[in-house]
Amino acid sequence: MSGYIVRRIISMVLMLLLLTLVVFLLFSVLPTDPARLTCGKACTPEVIAANRHNLGLDLPLLQQYWEFLKGLVVGRTYGSGTQTYSCDAPCLGYSFKRGEEVSVLIKQGFPATFWLATGAFVLWIGVGVSVGIYAALRRGRWQDKTVMGISLIGYSLPSFFIGLVLLYFVVLKWELLPYPSYVSPFENPLQFLQTMILPWIVLAILYAAFYMRLTRNQMLDTLGEDYIRTARSKGLPERTVVRKHGLRAGLTPIVTAAGLDLAGLLGGAIITESIFSLPGIGSLAVNSVVDADLPLIVGITLVTATFIIVANLIVDLLYAVIDPRVRLV
Amino acid sequence: MSTGSTSGATGPFLDVRDLRVEFPTEDGLVRAVDGVSFTVKRGQTLAIVGESGSGKSVCSMAIMGLHNRKSANISGQVILEGEDLIATSDEGVRALRGQKMAMIFQDPLSSLHPFYTVGKQLMEAIRVHQPVSKDEARKQTVAMLDRVGIPNPDRRVDDYPHQLSGGMRQRVMIAMALINSPTLLIADEPTTALDVTVQAQILELLKDLQRDFNTAIIMITHDLGVVADMADEVVVMYGGRLVEHGPVNDIFHRPEMPYTLGLLASMPRLDKGRAARLDPIPGLPPSLIRLPKGCVFRPRCTYHDNVPDGRCDTERPDLLTTAPGHEVRCHMPPELRRTIAAERLGARFEETA
Repeated sequence: MSGYIVRRIISMVLMLLLLTLVVFLLFSVLPTDPARLTCGKACTPEVIAANRHNLGLDLPLLQQYWEFLKGLVVGRTYGSGTQTYSCDAPCLGYSFKRGEEVSVLIKQGFPATFWLATGAFVLWIGVGVSVGIYAALRRGRWQDKTVMGISLIGYSLPSFFIGLVLLYFVVLKWELLPYPSYVSPFENPLQFLQTMILPWIVLAILYAAFYMRLTRNQMLDTLGEDYIRTARSKGLPERTVVRKHGLRAGLTPIVTAAGLDLAGLLGGAIITESIFSLPGIGSLAVNSVVDADLPLIVGITLVTATFIIVANLIVDLLYAVIDPRVRLV
Repeated sequence: MSTGSTSGATGPFLDVRDLRVEFPTEDGLVRAVDGVSFTVKRGQTLAIVGESGSGKSVCSMAIMGLHNRKSANISGQVILEGEDLIATSDEGVRALRGQKMAMIFQDPLSSLHPFYTVGKQLMEAIRVHQPVSKDEARKQTVAMLDRVGIPNPDRRVDDYPHQLSGGMRQRVMIAMALINSPTLLIADEPTTALDVTVQAQILELLKDLQRDFNTAIIMITHDLGVVADMADEVVVMYGGRLVEHGPVNDIFHRPEMPYTLGLLASMPRLDKGRAARLDPIPGLPPSLIRLPKGCVFRPRCTYHDNVPDGRCDTERPDLLTTAPGHEVRCHMPPELRRTIAAERLGARFEETA
């Protein structure tokens, strides 16, 4: 088992390396000159050239990539002579556009994204899974058909549409909630909740719709298994059959899906964050693309991908705990 | 043949009367079991034989009350020791399942829960019917695993099903079915998924346990070898109906229904050598939605010319007694049926004489 984990971690690191290379090359072929973006309108070619040198952008591409990797592991120093700026490991780069280290910017954006993702996660897992089970137990009857119809609608509505409609009616027209303005939950819990409730609902609708279907189909598959018939033939009450024998097997694949979805969201919910002006990683990503803030784009891509890759590993390990047939070798 | 030891009870131990199971579907009503009646005594084995789709499994699931009564129409009577299970509530039948009647299934791997140890699954079966402590249940479980021939039961009890061989898994299934000493055991093709050598061991084990517990067994199978080995009585099913019913010797040596003849003739025989071709029954089983108007077996029967006026096409034959305890559903006169059987299964008749 520990051998398996070591191998998985090694392959994880290799995967991330490959990813940095791809992202790095992708952005190096962009027509925008990152050095030109470092100063405003009244820029002389001399300043640009100096900045280019300070940023290491005059180095060959491969060496730039090497410097970037080195920065991740041991940190790096920009500039030379009296004008130096040191960026500690893990150094994701320095955003001249924003005059801040990329890792600091991402750290600032993380709390809002974290609360958005986890809150929505709890909501959609709670609703999606329980409603899915309910539908499976009433398969083919009107309750099942209603739930599946609602799920289809929820799944089809784009989140920007739901988000804007909710914002318009709940906040602007009926004034049930104040205009969203993010604060930390430790600072002002009430305002935090008032701000987050709509984004949570928007995200949860989309995911819950998917998880209802997933759970329903998983449960139906499981309840048709031979071992469920065995459980009934032992004389177990139907409740025990469903809960102990059905859920245990039926929910296992849902753990996988949930882990990956949560990790994906921790990398930023671009649309939802933008609509509700949450200062999260999603908003940061949109702005970085608008400004062609190359170091920031690379940094966010890397962090988001890391979340997903790590979540993948965790889910695989969890699977071995849940399903005794899975042996990690 | 042994005579059942129905201690003090009047009438048979299990009495199935005119059992019908129908499933309404979008294509029409599926008559999976259409008026089946038979009885089983304690300590005896009844084999139900037939092709896939003949209704034998549906029939046994109905006895166990395992059909969802919302999606299946079930009528008739299933009287177990004087209590009609069809008229009993779902909860009432549930309390009997695993306690008074139990079932083992064809594929032991898919029939055991993959996420629980065999010990947990057996203990669960005990504790749902008996108010015993976990330790006591575990002790009973280990003893039962030992009884069904599992080596090192005190260690095997903590194994997961996938860690056991196919034969061991089926032994676990048998242990789980018999753990509360049920008086009726339904075995639905218990050896079909197993190796031939293991098959024989499992059948021996079942016979052995039957003697100990004086269990009535309903053995569902399409393997006539199993029937010959285990059964006291045989029910032959075709198209959801009972077409022939009698003591095992009558069915094997004096069969009368052409379908039973076909089943026996399609068995490979060592004594005839490889030159003798197998003699399969032509055609396919009928659709249970649109059954033929007359005899259900008519489209595949090669002897219907023997019946005048085309009655095989227009009239359902009744199940009539031809010898004590031997019932047949066929329009041909009994003498003719016996002659045909004698010709078709010549060798087998000589053995009995």
